[in-house]
Amino acid sequence: MERDSLRSVIESLLFVADSPLSLQRLSAVLEGIERKEILSILRDLQAEYNASGRGFRLGEVAGGYQMRSSKENAEWVRKLQRAKPTRMSRATLETLSIIAYRQPMTRAEIEDVRGVDVDGVLTTLLERRLIRIVGRKDVVGRPFLYGTTTEFLEMFNLKDLSDLPTLKEIEGTTVSEPSVGETPPDSSK
Amino acid sequence: MTTKVQLEIFEGPLDLLLHLIKKNEVSIADIPIATITEQYLATLDLMQSLNLDVAGEFLVMAATLVHIKSRMLLPDEAGEEEEEEEEDSREELIRRLLEYQRFKEAAGELERREILGRDAFVRVSEPAEDAGTVEVETLSLFDLISALRQVLDRFPEEKFHEITLEKVSVREKMTLLLDELHRLGQVVFQSLFERASSRIEVVVTFLAMLELVRIRAVRVRQDQRLGPIVIELAAPVEELHSRIAEEEIEGEDRGA
Repeated sequence: MERDSLRSVIESLLFVADSPLSLQRLSAVLEGIERKEILSILRDLQAEYNASGRGFRLGEVAGGYQMRSSKENAEWVRKLQRAKPTRMSRATLETLSIIAYRQPMTRAEIEDVRGVDVDGVLTTLLERRLIRIVGRKDVVGRPFLYGTTTEFLEMFNLKDLSDLPTLKEIEGTTVSEPSVGETPPDSSK
Repeated sequence: MTTKVQLEIFEGPLDLLLHLIKKNEVSIADIPIATITEQYLATLDLMQSLNLDVAGEFLVMAATLVHIKSRMLLPDEAGEEEEEEEEDSREELIRRLLEYQRFKEAAGELERREILGRDAFVRVSEPAEDAGTVEVETLSLFDLISALRQVLDRFPEEKFHEITLEKVSVREKMTLLLDELHRLGQVVFQSLFERASSRIEVVVTFLAMLELVRIRAVRVRQDQRLGPIVIELAAPVEELHSRIAEEEIEGEDRGA
């Protein structure tokens, strides 16, 4: 296939997909085309959308590629959808970040870090599918272990968990005491 | 000193402590226990006088602070052991504060990202009428329970206290469900409950369905995110009826 028509095909696939398209999925559809070629076209499209002031971008989220509307136009899109902007309370964001960096974790472990009850927050996060139960911990009572989901990555525009800044990097931006650095858990798990 | 508005945004005792530490312009590692304890208790007083609900966690922390402070005030002859204990609980508090602060900042970082539904939007397609047969592995018990909640919401809360005999047992319902699935091929989750007349019947039906999943008599699938949840037979119906009967015998054996 000519590069130009391949480019057009890939653009169509991205346009209709309702969840991020992985390179693997794209190459399964585009049989016989080298991944390297597909990747290079994806990079081209990304650069083109960014440079030409389009109303959408090609984001790399949750292990795939996804067309997302440009941030500058958020207000208009919300008006169209008659939707209130997604809002997250501090409790939600704190709990979510603890789980994201330390997963898998039990409720008691999360509460230990936050110093407050997280029962209600966990229910909300489960309902919004931002976290899920990933198993049970092998201790007395066999409590549930929680971890983040693909939807979490999608919502926060993250390629994978390693795309999160390390806690050490975050500290670098503030005047707080230095301490042992931590990296997010391996996303391949 | 502090206004009500500020009080209400404390996420918990650690958050309040961090606020006080910042206000006093000291570092966490050199936390002046006496001063901070005093201000912490004053804030709790203020919260209580404003009739704000002071959660138990705040009081536990107050006790910890007072404990550390009193240990520090003891004369030196208190002995090495106790001094060590004092040092330990102070160190532990510092460790928790540093850890909490890190996650507080991490939460701030998350908030500054390009958030879906706030900063960026994606196309969402309506679930297709006849979806393919791609099995979605992530359909969890939780998905089923939230679907059940939607069904239950249609039924009013039953307030009477009369004791009613359960008309249909879970076991009977399992058999009925199998027959229905055999007749219709496959059924959308919500329609399982269409003829239910009460909340208890909805719950019995749900339990029967879970039991059928457990003994691998039915398969539950969702072909598309947020699409319909579909239930279908996993084997010929005759075989399944006998499987239920076997389960029943085994169950009785276990019970004996």
